[in-house]
Amino acid sequence: MGMPKLLAMRGNEAVAYAAKYARVEVVAAYPITPQTIIVEKIDELISKGEMDAEMIHVESEHSALAATYGAAIGGVRAFTATSSHGLMYMYEVLWWTAGSRIPVVMAVVTRAMGPPWNIHVSHEDILATRDTGWLVSMAENNQEAFDLTLQMFRITEDPRVYLPGIVGLDGFILSHTVEPVELPDQETVDEFLPPRRQPYVMEPGEPKAMGNLVPDEYFEELRMDMQQSMENAVKVIREVGKEYAKYFGRDYSDLVECYKCSDADYIVAGTGSWMGDAKIAADKLREKGYRVGVMRLRWIRPFPWSDVREAAMSKRAVIVMDRSLSTGHAGPLFLELSSALEAKPSMIGVPAGIGGVDISYEDIERFTEKAIQLVEEHGRVYIPAMWYHLGKIFPTYPSSHVKLD
Amino acid sequence: MAVNIKKLPKKPYVMPGHAACPGCPESMGFKYLGMALGDKAVVVIPAGCSSVIQGLWPRQGFGLPILNIVFAAAASTASGLARALKRRGVDAQVVVWAGDGGTADIGFQALSAAAERGEDIIYICVDNEAYMNTGIQRSGLTPYGAWTTTTHTGKRQFKKPLPQIVAAHRVPYVATTSVGYPWDFIAKLKKAASIRGFKYIHLHAPCPVGWRFDPSLTAKIAQLAVETGAWILYEYENGKLRLNPPSNRLIDPEKRKPVEEYLKLQGRFRHLKPEDVEMIKKEIETNWEEITRALKIQGDL
Repeated sequence: MGMPKLLAMRGNEAVAYAAKYARVEVVAAYPITPQTIIVEKIDELISKGEMDAEMIHVESEHSALAATYGAAIGGVRAFTATSSHGLMYMYEVLWWTAGSRIPVVMAVVTRAMGPPWNIHVSHEDILATRDTGWLVSMAENNQEAFDLTLQMFRITEDPRVYLPGIVGLDGFILSHTVEPVELPDQETVDEFLPPRRQPYVMEPGEPKAMGNLVPDEYFEELRMDMQQSMENAVKVIREVGKEYAKYFGRDYSDLVECYKCSDADYIVAGTGSWMGDAKIAADKLREKGYRVGVMRLRWIRPFPWSDVREAAMSKRAVIVMDRSLSTGHAGPLFLELSSALEAKPSMIGVPAGIGGVDISYEDIERFTEKAIQLVEEHGRVYIPAMWYHLGKIFPTYPSSHVKLD
Repeated sequence: MAVNIKKLPKKPYVMPGHAACPGCPESMGFKYLGMALGDKAVVVIPAGCSSVIQGLWPRQGFGLPILNIVFAAAASTASGLARALKRRGVDAQVVVWAGDGGTADIGFQALSAAAERGEDIIYICVDNEAYMNTGIQRSGLTPYGAWTTTTHTGKRQFKKPLPQIVAAHRVPYVATTSVGYPWDFIAKLKKAASIRGFKYIHLHAPCPVGWRFDPSLTAKIAQLAVETGAWILYEYENGKLRLNPPSNRLIDPEKRKPVEEYLKLQGRFRHLKPEDVEMIKKEIETNWEEITRALKIQGDL
């Protein structure tokens, strides 16, 4: 048996290696910054004979997911990756894939939606997939991008789930940044990841139809079944995450990662790579006497409802960092967390870092301290959108009436 | 190219109870598809009339495995499916069964790319010359002068020469055919199935509802299109053009029936003025000139 090896690599390369270790057989992808390295690396691995797969060089993202879906429905493990406009271009195929109950894994390297053109990190692309029926996860670092991708194959191919899954990693911050990543040996991966399972295969002989018209009542029942599978997925994610620890030493049984939450009065919540900075900010704030913890959503779908409630329901305030905004309302994570927590703690939504605007741990410290002061001064508050931009606070709709000074 | 109809499978591939309109050319065509390819076929169908014709779950009117897919993605979905089945060693023929909108308009980008990649699929364009499923709206393949619900005074543009456009991708096989000539369609399907790489078959499919003719006349209208020279049966095999019967003898304009015989049976052309008919005749001449020129360059004329 081989040994795991520690290598320095970019997040995109970690994802490409995960596809290789998962023994993906068909990859269809179209290049878009910052996803490109994934496609290039997979093509390189195939060319060198290190990966036994076919690359379908499609002409668009719409075709990328369609070809990936076609391959998956033909009975092989299939993979694609995209970002931003590419994800939006394939949007209808996301729905078609999920509704077909066909396991497919896709990496989404998060990036802003134009105009104006902007290739930097933002979460509006990945969070627009929330309603499609895909499982959606977000990595904090390159190791997690690798680990989640490998686990996603096993989770999506579990008969209790049979839904496709997205692994998100932040554009440039992870995709193009070199970090140490531990690669396992193939034998261990093969033990962890059984051969592909899927609900049906399209092949000659047996006449059957996928996706033809159904009476509306059955259509609704199919959607009810998908919701049930999402609930099952919570259990499957925990099981697989725990198994992963047995094989590879890293435990992913929690859908939400809590950092110093247990004794915290205040919780900073969010998803993605900047939550690492949030942890530093929490430590700095603790030095100032504020008991702050960090709740990072590793999974967006299924929404980790009970985990979130357990971690944050009894807290004094939850400050939600959102790297995207549902324009005309508030950040998507703010809305989801407010709902899950019944807005019992004070809720403060902070849209920030949109379009790649740099947010350091000092920025997080600054707006978190401001939010804490508001709660200490006014008691319970509910502020959907307290925009933090270049060091300043801008209360915006719908909370623009809130006086913050 | 001879096909013995008696030796073809008797198995029904279009079942009673399917949802096609009376006289539908698509259900005719699909039957011939089954007769030609038998149980080896797996069919990918983008949005269109055949999405509906196959029937409402839990019934299924088509006797082949059917993968329905979004409008623009037929060729790319079929590409993935064909690659997967080949990797798994499954003996299959992946077929796209798409309408003129799904082929010439919204699905064209994916079609062109699959042709360029040389995907091992048979792509069939079932051309009823408008968006019939959504209610007879114009498409890129609606002919000049035709009434549709979005060209109330008649279309003022010409039909996209799609078979030639696909042939320009230099794929191994491109053919035109018609529901009025089942043996021609079946023979071309069988030939396509014997060739590896991208194959394209353009099936002319007169639609009684959209073209406004009596449902008993589908085959007759299809034949008139060929006999008047308005639709030409030919094939490109490895780039070499060949006219097929009965179009081969119609290279002589004298042998063609007057196009009026084809037009007058269709309500969609009822409003045509004499100058519109002249435009249609001119377009037919242009199409034949192109064919003649290509045959001359090949040294076949």
